[in-house]
Amino acid sequence: MTEIWDGLTKAVQLLISFDPQLMEIAWRSLGISGTACLLASLICLPLGSLIHFHHFRGKRALINIIQTLFVMPTVLVGLFLLVLLSRAGPLGFFGILFTPTAMVIGQMILITPLLLGLTISALSGVSREIVDTAISLGASSSQTIWLVLKEARYAVLAAVIMGFARAISEVGCALMVGGNIRGATRVITTVISLEAGKGNLELAIALGIILLFLALVINIALNRLQQR
Amino acid sequence: MIVLVVVMVLGCSGQTEPEVLRVATTTSLYDTGLWDALEDVFEDRYDADLQITAKGTGAALALGKSGDVDVVAVHDPAQEAAFIAGNYSVKALNFSAERVTWAYNYFIIVGPESDPAGIGNLTGSLAPEEAFQKIQQEGREVREAVKFVSRGDESGTHGKEKTIWASAGYNYTADIVGNGTADSWYIEAGTGMGATLVMADELVAYTLTDKGTFLAYQGDLDLVPLLDEGDILLNVYAVIICKNGSHYEMADNLVNFLRAPEIQYLIAGFRVPEYGEPLFYPWGPETCGLP
Repeated sequence: MTEIWDGLTKAVQLLISFDPQLMEIAWRSLGISGTACLLASLICLPLGSLIHFHHFRGKRALINIIQTLFVMPTVLVGLFLLVLLSRAGPLGFFGILFTPTAMVIGQMILITPLLLGLTISALSGVSREIVDTAISLGASSSQTIWLVLKEARYAVLAAVIMGFARAISEVGCALMVGGNIRGATRVITTVISLEAGKGNLELAIALGIILLFLALVINIALNRLQQR
Repeated sequence: MIVLVVVMVLGCSGQTEPEVLRVATTTSLYDTGLWDALEDVFEDRYDADLQITAKGTGAALALGKSGDVDVVAVHDPAQEAAFIAGNYSVKALNFSAERVTWAYNYFIIVGPESDPAGIGNLTGSLAPEEAFQKIQQEGREVREAVKFVSRGDESGTHGKEKTIWASAGYNYTADIVGNGTADSWYIEAGTGMGATLVMADELVAYTLTDKGTFLAYQGDLDLVPLLDEGDILLNVYAVIICKNGSHYEMADNLVNFLRAPEIQYLIAGFRVPEYGEPLFYPWGPETCGLP
């Protein structure tokens, strides 16, 4: 049990001293997961709206598939990408295995179903009456879509936060396609796994606490944004 | 369902339970399947339930310190000495020292077949040190062409790598790791042996590996063994009973089991038909001259 207390004090020490190695790793975590989340959002929010506002055969089945993919194991995504990006694999000529780019792609794949599914749910949550009223008042279809998106913005933002949370907290894919290379692809979760493997439990716990602290800061910032 | 679980629990508690012995072992012993082969024999002989967890040497010893395992099977003399000096170990029955050696093999330096640093033809007892010097020099000068992937995880293999760098005349932290910047020729993987081999293969780089893991992975890799001679490459496996663990008597049994002649014989022949050469050598009387 002393490890948890020691981990806590170590976390505070590392945070207030702005430990350069820790800062580098924390920024890399934020950068990779932030980029993955941003790019995935740019794809998923419009695509999710498209799916929501269009009626087509197999829509229910498509949504079921998307929701099933929420549980996609991170190591499976990692394994899939490892095979594709390996020198011997079909996309090996890009030479991006064990780079941050590969990690961004991995996390994008991982959170795409979550962002799509939650965007669709968010839009479905907008009352039918609002849509009907808008149409009866003579709104064009693009104006109606914009209205619904505005109404659903909190739920959509929550979807983006969920996507970011899943990206920054995953370790399986980051380890497999990033390789935990120091100074290149080492992020908070992979360094926790490494330090725990070395037997440095305090440092591993400290890093975990720092990850939670980062999440807290981001959440507070986004909540402020929502309230405006 | 609940009834079924209850019946199963009651059914089990009715019999005498085999005594549980928890062992933390280095990954090289586990990944080659050696423990799988030894486990059944041991469990039958002593009515024990051997629970084995595979970790790097650093993590295995940490579990031993906290008493989460009863026995550790590891391969880093420096870390083992620190463990014993820290008073975390007890002597096994019939043995005069806490650290009981029971098997050995050799580390090998593997790399791309093209061998850009030209280490494949080095010979003599100092060949590993010379090879590391060549890799370091070529790596600095001819960037991109010569790379070295390090375990970087405080495992026994990482410990051996540091020993070789030191013996080759380098200060590991200052000359090799650098000042926290990514030196493109030296790549710290921070992962297990198998993952490190895969990475070295992908990056067309050199790495240090224990022979057993390399043989087990060789089929999937383009890497070739380039250097396997030199005194420093000796890889000794030791077993230590942990003071903070429990089941001392069963732990004594395990230590004596590993050094029993018939088990030493089993270790010597382990997977020889498959690979055409031994993965491990027994620490029998005939090898007592070794360190």
